[in-house]
Amino acid sequence: MEWKLDKDRPICPQLMELIVTGIAGGEYAAGEKLLSVREVALQAGVNPNTVQKAFSEMERDGMIFSRAGSGWFVAEDTGKAVERVETLARTRTEEYVSGMRALRKEDADILRMVEEVCHE
Amino acid sequence: MSELVRCEKLTKIYDRTVALDHIDLTVENGKIVGLLGPNGSGKTTLIKLLTGLLTPDEGAVLVDGNAPGPETKKVVAYLPDRNFLNTYMKVGEIVQYFEDFYEDFKPERAYRMLEELGIEKDVQLKTLSKGNKEKVALILTMSRDAKLYVLDEPIAGVDPATRDYIIRTIISNYQPEASVLISTHLISDVESVLDEVIFIQNGTILLQKTVDEIREEKGMSVDAMFREVFRW
Repeated sequence: MEWKLDKDRPICPQLMELIVTGIAGGEYAAGEKLLSVREVALQAGVNPNTVQKAFSEMERDGMIFSRAGSGWFVAEDTGKAVERVETLARTRTEEYVSGMRALRKEDADILRMVEEVCHE
Repeated sequence: MSELVRCEKLTKIYDRTVALDHIDLTVENGKIVGLLGPNGSGKTTLIKLLTGLLTPDEGAVLVDGNAPGPETKKVVAYLPDRNFLNTYMKVGEIVQYFEDFYEDFKPERAYRMLEELGIEKDVQLKTLSKGNKEKVALILTMSRDAKLYVLDEPIAGVDPATRDYIIRTIISNYQPEASVLISTHLISDVESVLDEVIFIQNGTILLQKTVDEIREEKGMSVDAMFREVFRW
C-alpha cells in the first residue's frame, strides 16, 4: 500500500482512510493480519503513537480487532469498512457538487463535465 | 502518562542576554516532541539545561523527577549538535567506549545498525563522510535504552536520503515508554513523526500542541504555520 499523506490535514484520519479503503477494496481480506504499528509507522514515515490511535479508533468502530501478542486483524465482517468508504465518497461528491454550484454551473453541465473527465 | 520533563520558570541569562525567560514546560512519557524555533531562539540553551551542561539562573528543571546530575545522565541519551566523538578512534573502539560508559547501552543494537549501513568496525571515524559520521553518532545515541532521547539538530546539514535514514532510525528504535525531544528548524521533514511541537522564540514558549491539533485548527501543516508565526 502506498501511504500518500496530505501535509495540511491531520494524520490520524488520513491513516484510517487509507486502511479502510484497503479493506473495502479487498486489498486486506476479512480476518487477515494487518501490518504492525511499527511497520505502518516506518512505511508511512509517521509517529507510532498516531498509528496506534488510528488502529484503536478503527477497533472501536468494529473494522479491525487486536489479539493480545499477535497484532491487528481485519474484522470478519468488512461491511463497516465498505459503509465508511461509501460515506466518504458521498461526502466528497456533495462537496464537489456544491463547489460547482457555487460557480453557477447547471446540474446538466456538472454531469456532462464529470462524464468527460471520467472518459479522459 | 507521567511527566518526564518539567521546567518551572526556567531562566538562563548570558551576560545581559536573556536566553530563556521564565519558561514553564512539561513533556510526558512516550512522546516524540519537536522543539522548533529559529536560530537563537533558545533551543540549544534549553537542551543544555536539560542535560546538565548549564545550570539555571532562576527556576528549575526536573528530568524524571531529578535535577540534572548523575542520576539523570543515566536515563538521558543526548546527541549534541556538533561532533562529540574522538575522530581518531575506530568505530568499534567508540562502541566499546559507550558500552563502558553507559549501563543501558546495547552494543548488539549498535553493531546491527552499523552493519546495515556497511560501516566497518575497524575504520577510523575521521575517514567517514559527514553524513556517515552523523549516522554513527545517532546510532550510538539510539542504542541506549534511555528514558529521554535529546537530539539537537540531528538532521541539519545532511542530504535528504540521510535525513530519511535518521528519521527511520528514530521511529524504529522508539520505545513506547521513552520520549524523544528533537530540536530542528527543518520542520517539513520531521513533522509527521512528531506527537507534539513546542514553538520557542526569544527565550519564551509560543505554543505547545499536537501536530494533528495544529492541522485540524489551522488547516495547514506545522511547517506552514511555523513560517507564518516566525515571519518578519
